[in-house]
Amino acid sequence: MTTVPASWYAFLGVLLFTIGALGVLVRRNLIIMFMAIELMLNAVNLVFVAFARQQQTMDGQVMVFFVMTVAAAEAAVGLAIILAVFRNRETVNADEVNLLRW
Amino acid sequence: MSPFLFFLLAVPLVVFSLGVVLARSPVRSALSLVVALFLLAVMFFLLDARMIAALQVIVYAGAIMVLFLFVIMLLNLQQEPVETARPGQRTIAGVFSLVFLFFMGAIALRGLPVMPGPGVETAVTPSFGSVEALAERLFTRHALAFEVTSVLLLVAIVGAVVLARKIQR
Amino acid sequence: MLTLILISAVKALIVVAMVLNLAGILGWVERKGSALIQDRIGANRAAIFGFAGAGLVNTLLADPIKFLTKEDVIPRGVDRLLHTLAPCVSLFPAMVAFAVVPFGDRLHVGELVVNLQAIEVDVGVLFLLAMTSLGVYGVVLGGWASNNRLSLLGGIRGSAQMISYELAMGLGVVAVVLTYGSLDFQEIVRRQGHMIGGWIPSWGILYQPLAFLLLLIAGIAETKRAPFDLPEGESEIVSGYFTEYSGIKYLMFFMTDFVEIAIVSAVVTTFFFGGWQIPFLGSQGFVFPWGWSLALPHVVVVLLQVAAYMVKVFVFCCLQVLVRWSMPRLRYDQLMWFGWKVMLPLGLANLVVTALVLLWVRG
Repeated sequence: MTTVPASWYAFLGVLLFTIGALGVLVRRNLIIMFMAIELMLNAVNLVFVAFARQQQTMDGQVMVFFVMTVAAAEAAVGLAIILAVFRNRETVNADEVNLLRW
Repeated sequence: MSPFLFFLLAVPLVVFSLGVVLARSPVRSALSLVVALFLLAVMFFLLDARMIAALQVIVYAGAIMVLFLFVIMLLNLQQEPVETARPGQRTIAGVFSLVFLFFMGAIALRGLPVMPGPGVETAVTPSFGSVEALAERLFTRHALAFEVTSVLLLVAIVGAVVLARKIQR
Repeated sequence: MLTLILISAVKALIVVAMVLNLAGILGWVERKGSALIQDRIGANRAAIFGFAGAGLVNTLLADPIKFLTKEDVIPRGVDRLLHTLAPCVSLFPAMVAFAVVPFGDRLHVGELVVNLQAIEVDVGVLFLLAMTSLGVYGVVLGGWASNNRLSLLGGIRGSAQMISYELAMGLGVVAVVLTYGSLDFQEIVRRQGHMIGGWIPSWGILYQPLAFLLLLIAGIAETKRAPFDLPEGESEIVSGYFTEYSGIKYLMFFMTDFVEIAIVSAVVTTFFFGGWQIPFLGSQGFVFPWGWSLALPHVVVVLLQVAAYMVKVFVFCCLQVLVRWSMPRLRYDQLMWFGWKVMLPLGLANLVVTALVLLWVRG
């Protein structure tokens, strides 16, 4: 039975990362942009896990563990910021949050 | 993992990822992401990362995405009208993404076979990806990073509480 | 290979049948229990050919037929896809979670060894946590898709409550896992087999009484039943997140409730009350410390153990029904206060003490 080479996973990771990046660049809704960032993080996780499997080492999976922790912290703080922004400006559109722009 | 299984997971994965980016309503977008994360968890499981797969479902699907949905519901973000993009923004973003995809994809597909180490197809020891193996690495070689992460989480909790609190005037 | 697949299928069928029947029976127990507590008769209207005597059987038959024949109302303005998806998303993880809980010891049939557990994984506890953490999506989706502000309120309340109590539940589970040193349910049950001093069964309740309380309370909160039934809160927000549901979809939400009760009971039984273990019953039969013994054939032993597991689960289900009908509903701030300022610190303290004691005992 043939198996899938590691490069396919890497390509899939790149593809997901690009989709996520596209989402951040194109969408203006802060929450959706945020979710696109989560997608990018997960694309990286996939590559980590695939390479950990290829290299037969647990370090890649440990990295994924850390990425998840950071993502959880990021989600908590990020969503709190979005809540605060919404409370003050009644919007979640990134283009309308422009008080600090020169 | 056989190619059939790979594509069985990869195709819906890409479709739902596109759903995250393209869906008009934030709830649909979030749900697409949940499905994508779940598919990724299955993929992790098939890559012998059992613990990570379980964590993916518990932490990402079970906690982080629920938080997202909670905020979306709290702000009552309904389907929005067509988003206003600044002129040229979509074009530039599209070109940038395509260029990125082309070069990184080329690196992924062409550059990797020269990397040392066995391929994904070789068998692993039964303990690979188990809780014990992960914990052993985590608490020996990466112990410092682990402790720093716990501080990070603490800071995040405090920060979130301070940010989300209603300011008393 | 074929035998293996067949055995797995049969085991899965047994578990599904067990869960579905238990959910049905619990529906009847709940009504009878509420009637008992409210001093009325209750649940005696379902009759087959004018015969209302066998209340349980009649209700079991009448309920699904009634729900299935009702009109499935989808209100205008709802998100049709998500509205239909919500009950399925709610019921599915609850049922799947049951697959990792062992309902008996290994059964030897000639050469074959059948592990009486639908899915044999070494990370069963993690699997269960993962599945129960997915249960919240049914609530969120139902609340959101119904396009009804009361449903939305129920959904918001439900998601916040379930995330909050998941922490306490997780801490309780971690303390138990620490004690047994395994994430495999079957292994956890086996460790509870021996007797302390020959007399007292070494069930988890002796080692982790606080974790037992935490898990039971957090479990009741996760199933969204009184005193934690704010997401449904029928006197405030009609029916909460499933206000806009009817017919088979309503039945699915209804069943989720009972399946979740059964899961909480099964987990509590497995962690703290020896799962399928019966005190003094070994693989050869009963051996009592005062010298008596009773040899039993293997099949009888296994059947006794499965029966013991079911009885234990049922007792805890009844306990939860009792709790529901005898407790007033909490206020929302009380709910959050209890979850974050009582359950969570207690869980953390329990975990630290457990770790220290284990360090001291095992060196």
